Amino acid sequence: MARYIVKRVFLAVVTVFIITLITFFTMNAIPGGPFNSEKASSPQVRAALEKRYNLDKPLPEQYIIYMKGLLHGDMGISTKNGRDIGETIRESFKVSATIGGMAALLAIITGIILGSLAALRRNTFIDRLIVFFSTLSTAVPSFVLATLLLYFFCIRLGWVQVWDANHHNYVLPVISLALYPTAYITRLTKTSMLDVLNQDYIRTARAKGVARFHVIFKHALRNALIPVITYVGPMLASILTGSMVVESIFTIGGLGSKFVTGINNRDYPMIMGTTIFLAVLMVTMNLISDIVYKLVDPRITFD
Amino acid sequence: MSDTTPKKAPFSMQIDPALFEPATAEEKKQQEVMSESTTFLKDSMKKLMRNPLAVFSIVVLAFILIVIIVAPLVVPYGYSEILKYNGMKDKTAMNLAPFQYSANEQKYMAENGVTLFPHIFGTDELSRDYFIRVVYGTRVSLAVGFFASLIVLVIGVLYGSISGYCGGRVDLIMMRIVDVIYSLPDMLVIILLSVVLKELLDGSKGIIARLGTNMVSIFIVFGMLYWVGMARLVRGQILSVKENEYVLAAKSIGTSSPRIIRRHILPNCLSVIIITTALQIPSAIFTESFLSFIGLGVAAPMPSLGSLANAARQGMQSYPYKLMFPALMICLIVLALNLLGDGLRDALDPKLRK
Repeated sequence: MARYIVKRVFLAVVTVFIITLITFFTMNAIPGGPFNSEKASSPQVRAALEKRYNLDKPLPEQYIIYMKGLLHGDMGISTKNGRDIGETIRESFKVSATIGGMAALLAIITGIILGSLAALRRNTFIDRLIVFFSTLSTAVPSFVLATLLLYFFCIRLGWVQVWDANHHNYVLPVISLALYPTAYITRLTKTSMLDVLNQDYIRTARAKGVARFHVIFKHALRNALIPVITYVGPMLASILTGSMVVESIFTIGGLGSKFVTGINNRDYPMIMGTTIFLAVLMVTMNLISDIVYKLVDPRITFD
Repeated sequence: MSDTTPKKAPFSMQIDPALFEPATAEEKKQQEVMSESTTFLKDSMKKLMRNPLAVFSIVVLAFILIVIIVAPLVVPYGYSEILKYNGMKDKTAMNLAPFQYSANEQKYMAENGVTLFPHIFGTDELSRDYFIRVVYGTRVSLAVGFFASLIVLVIGVLYGSISGYCGGRVDLIMMRIVDVIYSLPDMLVIILLSVVLKELLDGSKGIIARLGTNMVSIFIVFGMLYWVGMARLVRGQILSVKENEYVLAAKSIGTSSPRIIRRHILPNCLSVIIITTALQIPSAIFTESFLSFIGLGVAAPMPSLGSLANAARQGMQSYPYKLMFPALMICLIVLALNLLGDGLRDALDPKLRK
C-alpha cells in the first residue's frame, strides 16, 4: 500500500511537471507576444517591457526562471494589468470553487438517492422514469442547458436575477454544472447497487431478520458506493473545466474565464498560472480518489 | 402377444417393443433442438435488432444521415450564401422565422408567379438560410466525431496491442507514458493546443487549408490525447487473451508475432474495440461542440452545431428557436449514439454491462 501511494505521488509530480513543460512551450509557440497588441508602444518601450518580464531571454532560461519563482510560491504578475497572478487566481478560484463545490455536492447527493431508488424499485415506473431522465441528461451539453436555463428563468419568467457584482445567484450555474455528473452518478449507483443487492451477504442479512432499513443503509449502500468514489476525482475535474463555458454564459468572473481571456491576451504568466493551478488540483483530486478507493476496498489491486 | 417376443423373466428390464409406436415426422422435428449454426456477428446483430432502443437509434441516425446527404442537393441555398435580391444583399431577409419569406422574395414571387424554396428554419442575422446551415453543421459535427474516433481507434489499437503483446519492460515504459497522458487535464490541453495549432496551421495550403485549420487541429488533439483510453482497454484485453492455449499452440508451430496478433488475438478483442469506438463518437461530438462554442472549433463561415448554438446566443431574446435547432440536433445525435453504443455493448459482450 505504501509503495502504491509513493508510486502514485511520484507519477502525479511527473505529470504536473510535464504539464508545466507543455504549457510553457506551446504557449510560447502561439504567434504574437503579450505586447504586440499595444500599437502605440515604441520599440524601446516594448524592449523595456519585455526585459521586465524576462521575455528577452532564451526560452529555456525563461522557463527555469519561472519554475524557480513557482517553487517559491511566486506565480509572477500579469502582463496585461500588472496584478499578481497568485492573488488573481485566489480571488477567482473562490467563485469557481463555490459553484463547483455546490454542483459536486448536488450531483453526489441527488445521484446517489436517485440511483439507489432506481435499484430498489427495479422495473417499476419510478425506475423507468429515473433511467429515462438520466439517459436524456447525459446527452445535453452544459452550455445548451445553461443557455436555456438563463433564457427561461432569467429572461422569460424573471424568477432569477442575472448574475452581477451585487447579486450572486448560484442556482442556475450550479444546476447546469451538476446535471451531467448527476446523471452519471445515478447510473453508476444503480448498477452497483443492483450488483450488491444480489450478493449472498445481503440475503444472509435478510434471512437473519435484519430490518429493511438496516439492510439498505448498512449493508447494501456502503458497498454500492465504492465505484462512486472513483468517479469523484474525474467529476471534479470535469466540473472545473466545464465551468469555463458556464461561467462565460452567466458572466461570472471565475477561474475558467481568466484562463480563456489569458489565452486571448497572450498573458503568459496568467496562462501558466491558471493551467498549473487547475492541473495540480485535478491531479491531486484523482490521486486522492484513487487512494481512498483502495483504502475502502482492499480487494482492489492496481498494477 | 406375438411369438416373436422373447420370454420375459419376472422383474427383468427387458422392454416390450410392441408397446412402442414409431414417431411421426412432426414429432421427430421437435427433437431437433440445435438451431442453425450462426456466426458471432450474425448472432450479435440479431440481439441488437431485438433491442428496441438500439433499433430506434439506428432509425434516427439513418434519418439524420439521409437528410444531411440529400438536403444540400435539394435545397437551392449554400451554407455561406447570403440571400441576394437584384444582386444586392437582401436586407429584408435577416432573421426570418421558419417558413417565412422576406419582403423582397414575396415581391419577386408575386411578379414572376413562381414559388421559391422555403426557408425551413428561417434565416440567420446575415440573411443566410438557417436550415442548410444546421444541415452542414450536423455534417461537420458528425464528420469530426467519426474521424476523430477513427484516429483514436487506429492509434489506440496499435499502441495497446504492441504494449500488451510485448509485455515486460516495453509494456512498462509504454504504460507509464499512457498513465501520464491519462492524467493530463484534457480540456485545458485541448484548448491550449487548438489555439496553438490554429495559429500555426493558418498559413498552410493544400488539404489542410481545404479542411479548415481548426478541424485539423481538433483531429490532432484527439490523436494526441484520447487514444490512451482505447490503448489501455486493448492492452488489458490482449493480456487476458494472450494466455489462452490456442495462442500457445500457434506460437509452438512457429507463427510470426504480427500474424498471431492479427489472426488470433485482435479478433477476440473486437467487441471491446467496437463498443469503445461507438461510445467515442458522441464524446468527440461533445468536445467539438464545446470547442466551437467557445470559438475554437471549425472556422467561419463553415458552421458546426456548437458554433451555431453560440451564434444563436446573441439573439436569444428575440429568436430563441435558433438555439433550439442546433441544440436539439446535438442532443438527438448524442442520445442516439449513446443508446446505440449501449445496445452494441449488450449485444456483443453482455459481461461488460455496468
